[in-house]
Amino acid sequence: MIRKVITGNVAVAEAVRVSGVQVVSAYPITPQTVIVERIAEMVERGELKAKYIRVESEHSALAAVYGAAAGGARAFTATSSHGLLYMYEMLWWIAYSRLPIVMAVVTRAIGPPWNIHSDHHDALTVRDSGWIIGFASSVQEVFDMTLQAFKIGEDPRVTLPVMVALEGFTLSHTAEPVDMPEEELVREWLPPREPLPFKIEPGKPFSVGNLGPDEVSMELRWLMWKAMERSRLVIRDVDLEYAKGFGLRSYGGLGEDFHAKNSDYIVVTMGAWSGDAKEAVEKLRDEGYNVGLLRVRFFRPFPWEELREISQSAKAFLAVDRAVSMGHRGILGLEVSSALEGKAPVKNVIAGIGGVDVGPEDFYSIIKAFIEEYEYGSIEGWSRPEWYMPWMEVGGK
Amino acid sequence: MSLQRLALSKVKGILPGNPACMGCPHNMGLRVVGSVLGEKAVLVVPAGCTSIIAGNWPKAGIDMPLLHVPFASAAAVASGLKASHDILGVDSITIVWSGDGGAADIGFATLSGAAVRNEDILVIVSDNEAYMNTGVQASGTTMWKARTTTSPIIGKTEERKDIALLMLMHKVPYVATASVGYPTDFAAKLEKAAKIRGFKLIHLHSPCPPGWRFDSEKTVHIAKLAIETGAWILWEYGEGKLTISPPSKPYTDKARRKPIAEYLKLQGRFAHITEEDVKTIEENIEANWRLIRELEKIYSGES
Repeated sequence: MIRKVITGNVAVAEAVRVSGVQVVSAYPITPQTVIVERIAEMVERGELKAKYIRVESEHSALAAVYGAAAGGARAFTATSSHGLLYMYEMLWWIAYSRLPIVMAVVTRAIGPPWNIHSDHHDALTVRDSGWIIGFASSVQEVFDMTLQAFKIGEDPRVTLPVMVALEGFTLSHTAEPVDMPEEELVREWLPPREPLPFKIEPGKPFSVGNLGPDEVSMELRWLMWKAMERSRLVIRDVDLEYAKGFGLRSYGGLGEDFHAKNSDYIVVTMGAWSGDAKEAVEKLRDEGYNVGLLRVRFFRPFPWEELREISQSAKAFLAVDRAVSMGHRGILGLEVSSALEGKAPVKNVIAGIGGVDVGPEDFYSIIKAFIEEYEYGSIEGWSRPEWYMPWMEVGGK
Repeated sequence: MSLQRLALSKVKGILPGNPACMGCPHNMGLRVVGSVLGEKAVLVVPAGCTSIIAGNWPKAGIDMPLLHVPFASAAAVASGLKASHDILGVDSITIVWSGDGGAADIGFATLSGAAVRNEDILVIVSDNEAYMNTGVQASGTTMWKARTTTSPIIGKTEERKDIALLMLMHKVPYVATASVGYPTDFAAKLEKAAKIRGFKLIHLHSPCPPGWRFDSEKTVHIAKLAIETGAWILWEYGEGKLTISPPSKPYTDKARRKPIAEYLKLQGRFAHITEEDVKTIEENIEANWRLIRELEKIYSGES
């Protein structure tokens, strides 16, 4: 085991290096840049035996890794915000092609106004495309999740692309100590990719992606849906296997339970600020509040079973969102409400949009207000999301 | 490569009964590509007529490995595919088979990027001078005055762009123009391109019967008229030299060219143009010849 103090972006690059990726293609965008700079350097130094394709756009970055994966290689790319939106067509094409590409998305607000700080709008636009979507909450988890992403996506039960989201700056540019298994051990655990026999190679005259009967399109989507469902098991297995094999921690699969089971009040969060939320939960527990937290690690497939189980003993849920679906609710809030199917009331708070800082003290007041509202029976306002903007006189619901 | 040798190839490029229109120039071009490079070729095909010609699953219209890709992505997908072949030790000729839209318009940035990187791919632009697959809308390579469904009455108001010259200015090792009316010239250029490592582009002139509104048995006739009137110039750039190809050579002399009206009058898309328009087109053609002749001299070191 090697311990190094590294940033989230370097952790991604290190995971890519030890994973034995063969083709990398990317276009720089803040705050993802360090990932691609570091990987380019690894390739030039010969530390990573891969081809690095310096494309002219994100659309082409994803197109190039698509070509590489179609030819049988293990491929990786990374982007943020507008870069991800520019990739949008290719995102769906890759998922529908069932190619297990891994992509890091360093989350960043979408403009205008120009803003390089994090929220979750960019990553969540991928929601319905068929990518497995993970959200890391620490630099260690960025490393672990990136490495696990190859194993999960390439598993023959899955064969889907995997996105690893890490918060811009909060994780991408923040250094933390990270434990990394030795390269040789990783290579044993993650052998070279074994693609399905539909590689594009000379002398094999078949085509991939042809027109066909409409029923075939629907059948393929159904098979994809089943693969996504199977990925739940694979994500849990890989998490346990990785923890056991390398003596590292298990995160608990699709969601991380932080005192959630058997608590009355459940906070649901996703991403880096979950650490701040946990701190607030801890403090409130010390003060006697029966509150816990479920951190959504994988947004797709969504941990609805985990939420359902927790709801059996819970009184109410609070989903704190870093992205909102205009005309409805916070996106995580919507997902939590739909997973619970009315089994418990859900309050939805929207905070931290555009990178607005939300610290443990903010979470403390958000969570405390939620518990008090429930206990005083004043939950009628929960039918609409609450915007948390303490710097404004006007705001709230 | 002779026509007889082309006919003997095991790989045919296209399969009988594929869904191409009658007289389709893409079918003619694909047949040559398959015959010359089929054994080692893999095709990357962006949205366009060939997305249809490739056939409806479970049937196939083309007997080469083929990857369908989104409209603007082809040269980048080919770059990645070729990279995977290099790394995995697969000997392939990675070919982008694109229309004018996929190469010159929506996919131009992608194409330019791949050229700048000098990717070891061969791009063939089968140019039928409009977006034919969506129903004959004007493209960046549609001729001035040509009627299309988005220039339906007065015709296109802008000049076309020259994709081959644009790619020549990218300083890539090989660029050529070709025509479906001259399969042996096209075949020779494919053979030459396949031997060069780096970025190669062949701009293939592909007259389209429904799009240009001429009878479907006249594709070759129209393609030949384009050469004989000088409207399309066959040239080749490789090893630092630019040369006008043998079929076009005689027409360097303006006096030997057939009148441009002979080419235009067979095409319904030009049915509305005036004598003056014909004169302007003729002048534009001569200007293009001057440019190519000058380039030939410059690259040969004569001027």
